[in-house]
Amino acid sequence: MHELSIANSILDTVRAEAEKRPGARVVKVGVRIGELSGVNPDALSFGFEVLVRGTDLEPLALEIESMPRRQRCPVCEQQFAVKDSSLVCPKCGELETIWVGGDELELAYLELEQQESPASGRQREDKTSDGCLREAEG
Amino acid sequence: MDRVPLERKVLSENDRVAAGLRSRFLECHLLCLNLISSPGAGKTSLLERTLEALPGSERVAVLTGDIQTDNDAKRLARFGFPVKQITTGGTCHLDARMIERALEGWRLHELDLLLIENVGNLVCPSSYDLGEAAKIVVLSVAEGEDKPLKYPAIFFKSELLILNKTDLLPHVPFDIARARQNARSVHPGMEILEVSCTTGAGIDSWMRWLERRRRGAPAPAPAPAG
Repeated sequence: MHELSIANSILDTVRAEAEKRPGARVVKVGVRIGELSGVNPDALSFGFEVLVRGTDLEPLALEIESMPRRQRCPVCEQQFAVKDSSLVCPKCGELETIWVGGDELELAYLELEQQESPASGRQREDKTSDGCLREAEG
Repeated sequence: MDRVPLERKVLSENDRVAAGLRSRFLECHLLCLNLISSPGAGKTSLLERTLEALPGSERVAVLTGDIQTDNDAKRLARFGFPVKQITTGGTCHLDARMIERALEGWRLHELDLLLIENVGNLVCPSSYDLGEAAKIVVLSVAEGEDKPLKYPAIFFKSELLILNKTDLLPHVPFDIARARQNARSVHPGMEILEVSCTTGAGIDSWMRWLERRRRGAPAPAPAPAG
């Protein structure tokens, strides 16, 4: 369960970007999570919600684009998303295809809303945690 | 509503520190390996076998990560090589900053091999680059042979799979051929070794792999003669 640390890293960036843009409020952050990234999207959403709750960033939405593993066929150049762990080219049946993506752990975008006054007046409470308090395995 | 593209890695700060470590390791001609497995698969036992097999003149050091206790460091220190425990205090993986801090005070140019034993966990450590030259995943035959399919990230990112506890094969329903097939379905061409840290079977093949990897470790451009 390192998703809490990952969520925290996302929020660090959101805060840094928000500081660069006084007068705007971040309402949404978009991330791309690959199936080979080792990050579970549900756990990440949960960790994100917990860290945002009660802070000046609230309400802040997280949009996760789940990225499948992608391979490229060296014979017919077909690029395809892997289904059922099969790396075989679905077009020509080539067995040895080349990995091209699926390990993304990326910040894609922020959505901003312009505000009248940059200070919301709400008390800031930083919830930070570097913890993943239990092991995911075992 | 404005949309601002960011297009950067979530763990860019970890990646930055890891890149710094990697270039230091390269400068010092130091091979760094990151050992990952679920708890109890035999990382520490493999390190014990490794340190035992290495002559005392070898310039080897170990960093070992655990959530609590320095038991592993104690187990490994008896071989006479420098060993440092990283106690994460709850965190389920090592990150590059922890490695950087643990290396403070060590003269890296006096080392040829740095072995990092990650926290026992097949998931989280796969996301954090530690500046290593290669990740190595250890899977014991007491686990399921479908682990590579259940935890593809770490099997995909590891250069070598070590199947440990092969002495238990007669007593467990582990299908080793299927395990190899599963690993290679996630990571075609993955190198696989079978060992038993209890009996010592296969440790020679692991030591040969290590020797080969040390010779073939990416090295910086040769320094001018003189």
